Amino acid sequence: MPAAIRLVQGFLASIGAAVLGLCQTTGSLTLFALDGVSHVLRPPWYPMEFARQLLRIGYFSLPVVGLTALFTGGALALQIYAGGARFNAESVVPSIVAIGMVRELGPVLGGLMVAGRVSASIAAELGTMRVTEQIDALWTLSTNPMKYLVAPRLLAATLAMPALAFVGDVIGIMGGFAVGVARLDFNPAVYIDTTWRFLETGDITSGLIKAAVFGFIIALMGCYQGYRSGRGAQGVGRATTNAVVSASILILASNYILTEALFPA
Amino acid sequence: MIALSGVAKAFGSKRVLAGVDLSVARGESLVIIGGSGTGKSVTLKCVLGLIVPDAGRILVDGQDAVAARGRAREAMLDKFGMLFQGGALFDSMLVWENVAFRLLRGQNRLGRAEARETAIEKLKRVGLTAETADLFPAELSGGMQKRVGLARAIATTPEIIFFDEPTTGLDPIMADVINDLIREIVVEMGATAMTITHDMTSVRKIADRVAMLHEGVIQWAGPVGEIDTTENPYVHQFVNGLPDGPIAAVR
Ligand SMILES: Nc1ncnc2c1ncn2[C@@H]1O[C@H](COP(=O)(O)OP(=O)(O)O)[C@@H](O)[C@H]1O
Ligand SMILES: [Mg+2]
Repeated sequence: MPAAIRLVQGFLASIGAAVLGLCQTTGSLTLFALDGVSHVLRPPWYPMEFARQLLRIGYFSLPVVGLTALFTGGALALQIYAGGARFNAESVVPSIVAIGMVRELGPVLGGLMVAGRVSASIAAELGTMRVTEQIDALWTLSTNPMKYLVAPRLLAATLAMPALAFVGDVIGIMGGFAVGVARLDFNPAVYIDTTWRFLETGDITSGLIKAAVFGFIIALMGCYQGYRSGRGAQGVGRATTNAVVSASILILASNYILTEALFPA
Repeated sequence: MIALSGVAKAFGSKRVLAGVDLSVARGESLVIIGGSGTGKSVTLKCVLGLIVPDAGRILVDGQDAVAARGRAREAMLDKFGMLFQGGALFDSMLVWENVAFRLLRGQNRLGRAEARETAIEKLKRVGLTAETADLFPAELSGGMQKRVGLARAIATTPEIIFFDEPTTGLDPIMADVINDLIREIVVEMGATAMTITHDMTSVRKIADRVAMLHEGVIQWAGPVGEIDTTENPYVHQFVNGLPDGPIAAVR
């Protein structure tokens, strides 16, 4: 009997430890985020660093986001056609593809793909800089690394991600259009017309707001994990994995919360 | 100018510093000696505020170095130059941009052409040619990276300079050049210097005073002239590289 009690106690203790750890991480992540944002708002700024990050996070993510959207839009058209056919509603394909891409799939799938690419590379870069004392060296050269490294990345990702999502929306709708016309015998003019008719401005802006939040999360998790990286190559490896996993989960969780907030049922 | 009292630091259960008392006067060159892993680098990083000590006080020019935050901390660090043990060069920047990092930023920033010229001049002082200026740090050997780090540390002629193992990884001739350079910086620029080294030739060349760190405390500190005559068993064993003594060879 005492053995069973000990087992339960151990189990409860491990849950308690996990909860405490979670609270601690949430606290330090929040402080880190506030510190980073405060440096985005206060001079001195480093415009060259910002431009470099914009190029790296925004421009070089275009192929990934574009391909993701293209194939998703195509698959979406096929699925909605198959689903719609069950109650003779095949004609909804263009509008549902457009609304689905713009409101949900463009920002979320784009965000997840960019998380894999950018969170990982930011975490690896900052982690290596931590391990090789480059972050310490910045301090000794009177440069605050939160301002020089973290702030430009946060701002660049927050601004680049909506632009990427917008490009993704357009390409995704084009993917749906291509499949609709080539495989599902839609009339091209009718397809385009239906796409536009039911799409509202709110659909687009809400998707872009989501994307901005996801962009912030992507850079934040990359910076946070990299900045606090443990020692050695092992520490950097762990930081990189943690950055991608935590950014992806936070994107999905915040997507639900944002959807509730933007489109209350 | 710099005064440490009772500085203690542990990483997890591992106690590295256990009450370090040390002071360096203005314009003085202090050398810290001690076995590897005894916390010499940690001591310097505590003064720079890169590691927060668990206990103790650190004063730089009478100012509390540990409590300094924000602008006050940046103003304090403006006085410092630091050569890191591993060089800590920014690998995304060219060599000259590394050396000129501080010259290119801040209130009194120089234009790129002027900063580049100053950087090349500093590179020459540490025995590197102008051609190295346009390479990336990864293209240099370890010893060359170290010298670039040195050039970066002295680029703005700071009041206080820390050198973490400046001659490790250099050939004896280049090591001698660097020793002379450090001595020159202290004498000519009137800088206050703290240097970590294992190299007894360096110690004799660079130091005004020597401090020996072992088991988390300063075991001995005194003028460089006394390192050969002191009765202190730690210093005696270290200076003469003896296998027997209070410092166990296997730890
Ligand atoms: N950031 C850190 N985290 C954990 N342990 C550290 C850290 N920095 C240094 N240490 C440990 O402190 C000890 C002293 O390190 P250090 O000051 O670098 O030695 P040295 O005297 O050779 O310069 C070493 O055992 C090292 O592993
Ligand atoms: Mg060291």
